[in-house]
Amino acid sequence: MNPIPTVPPVDLPPAPDGPGPPTRRSRQHRRRRRRVGRFTPRDIAVIGLLLGVPLLLDLALIWGPALASIGLSFTSWNGISEIKPVGLDNYVNIVSNYPPFWPAVRHNLIWLAFLGLVATPFGLFLAVLLDREMRFTRFYQTAFYLPVVLSLAVVGFIAQLIFSRDYGAANAILGRTDNPVDWLGDPSINLWSVLLLVGWRHVGYVMLLYLAGLKAVDPSLKEAAAIDGAGEVQTFFRVVFPTLRPVNVIVLVITVIEGLRAFDIVYAINRGRNGLELLSVLVTDNIVGEASRIGYGSAIAVILLLISTGFIAVYLVQVFRRDEA
Amino acid sequence: MNGPARVAGDGTRRRRPVSPMRVVIRIFLWVVALGWLVPLLLPLYASLRPYAETAADGYFSLPRTLNFDYYVQAWRGGNLPTHFLNTLLIAVPAVLLTLFFASFVAFLISRRRLPGGKVLLILFTAGNLLPQQVVLTPVYLMYTKLPLPWWMSWPSELVYDSYWGIIAIHVAFQTGFCVFVLSNYMDTIPRELIEAATVDGAGVWRQYWQVILPLARPALGALGTLEFAWIYNDFLWAVVLMSTGDKLPVTSALNNLRAVYFTDYNLLAAGSILVALPTLIVFFVLQRQFVSGLTLGANKG
Repeated sequence: MNPIPTVPPVDLPPAPDGPGPPTRRSRQHRRRRRRVGRFTPRDIAVIGLLLGVPLLLDLALIWGPALASIGLSFTSWNGISEIKPVGLDNYVNIVSNYPPFWPAVRHNLIWLAFLGLVATPFGLFLAVLLDREMRFTRFYQTAFYLPVVLSLAVVGFIAQLIFSRDYGAANAILGRTDNPVDWLGDPSINLWSVLLLVGWRHVGYVMLLYLAGLKAVDPSLKEAAAIDGAGEVQTFFRVVFPTLRPVNVIVLVITVIEGLRAFDIVYAINRGRNGLELLSVLVTDNIVGEASRIGYGSAIAVILLLISTGFIAVYLVQVFRRDEA
Repeated sequence: MNGPARVAGDGTRRRRPVSPMRVVIRIFLWVVALGWLVPLLLPLYASLRPYAETAADGYFSLPRTLNFDYYVQAWRGGNLPTHFLNTLLIAVPAVLLTLFFASFVAFLISRRRLPGGKVLLILFTAGNLLPQQVVLTPVYLMYTKLPLPWWMSWPSELVYDSYWGIIAIHVAFQTGFCVFVLSNYMDTIPRELIEAATVDGAGVWRQYWQVILPLARPALGALGTLEFAWIYNDFLWAVVLMSTGDKLPVTSALNNLRAVYFTDYNLLAAGSILVALPTLIVFFVLQRQFVSGLTLGANKG
């Protein structure tokens, strides 16, 4: 829904208004920019303060430290001794000589793939159904969304109630109390038990974002497609889905964040060991743990950074394409 | 919430007899929704039963005793009131500051076409995408070196172990996401409104405060709910950047409950439910705003 019901009549001096062809419109924009774009000294002071503070925080607490981490990843340091440059040693060591590393990479990628290819499409599917279904929609929305507001640490705890080997609900429901499955302890299946709950939480998120996007789609678009004889599925993929691009970008962003930052839930379950290794856990273990191998931990963090850079690049492409559109 | 055309469309749809497809969809939705609630009801159920009973019968069994003893125990034993207050001291300023800064930056980027706005948008949003562990060490080191006066940070007199530091890192991270969502949203606000305000002699501040902010309220409400849940649920920063146990926010304090009574999961269930309550309440209060507020400018196509 458009936030503004009607645009109040505005006295615009000479500008020839009304939607024109794109070329004319962009020319208008340029002219307006010249007219509106002047900033008084007071404006500049306000901008300096209200843009300056968040920008400073962003640079000082995110970009600066990220660069510093890259620097530290080429050193050996325990936080107290002299910082000793070691070139690429940390990286070589991690890749060739650190047993939990490759499992962690694999788990992170499985995690991302599961969220992106299973949980996200299911959330979209639910949103499409809810968008058509008017009765009980508040109930459905609430049921699907409730897990989202829970902290992952709490979800990690719920995991134990459900998947505990001896008195968890899963074994009781499946009738495997005599020959119980160790859902969280068995390293060949515990990742999937955790992903089931992570997905449970992620679906609600995605559902809500897409539902918000679908509510905003102009219904006349769908009607026009229906008149042209398009089926429901066809209408959705050809007409509705393309208009959801801003939501798609946000969902992608959230999926990647959740996939690569995942930490709390495995940490709450077993500190991220025995089949639940993740890169974020390895970073924390090395930096915060007793060993305090800061250079080493930073190198793992940089590897995590490199993986996320790929997705950030996708996002950047989207932003620039939006600009051209 | 829906436009007039939409309501009319549904009116005609409802007059038709319910198709078999619709029945299938409805059953499917009910089954999935109830399935979704089970993992939530399980801890609720467990928290009402004594440990001895669930240990003997399992969590999936009929109750013999039901009471609220664990809630009392968690509230007192976990010292939850203090930790709830700590969380509010962090989450409320952090959410308000994030929304304030993000909406102003989004306004500059989206409606004032600030030179270099695109670069800013990328800087903020890409920063939000970085994994937190990447900045962990340098931020920790910086915080343990930066002094604060005693009345701002006691007893450390450092940014480390102070709420100021936690709030700052939350604002830094969350502003990125909010700038992105809000600039999307503000793209739907007609630029003519700003122009009219400029003609009336309004400066940047008044354009933002009197024109943009009231129009962005639905988006701010929705984002506020989301951000509150995120910051409230934060676990990592408080654990890494705080050391005084009594100053920890409530999610991290939940861990203390586990450390002390490490086997009693039913107590932990009661604690978890108490901890989750505020975010649930915020969601129920703002639910109506939520869906309409997250429109995200999708109608632009």
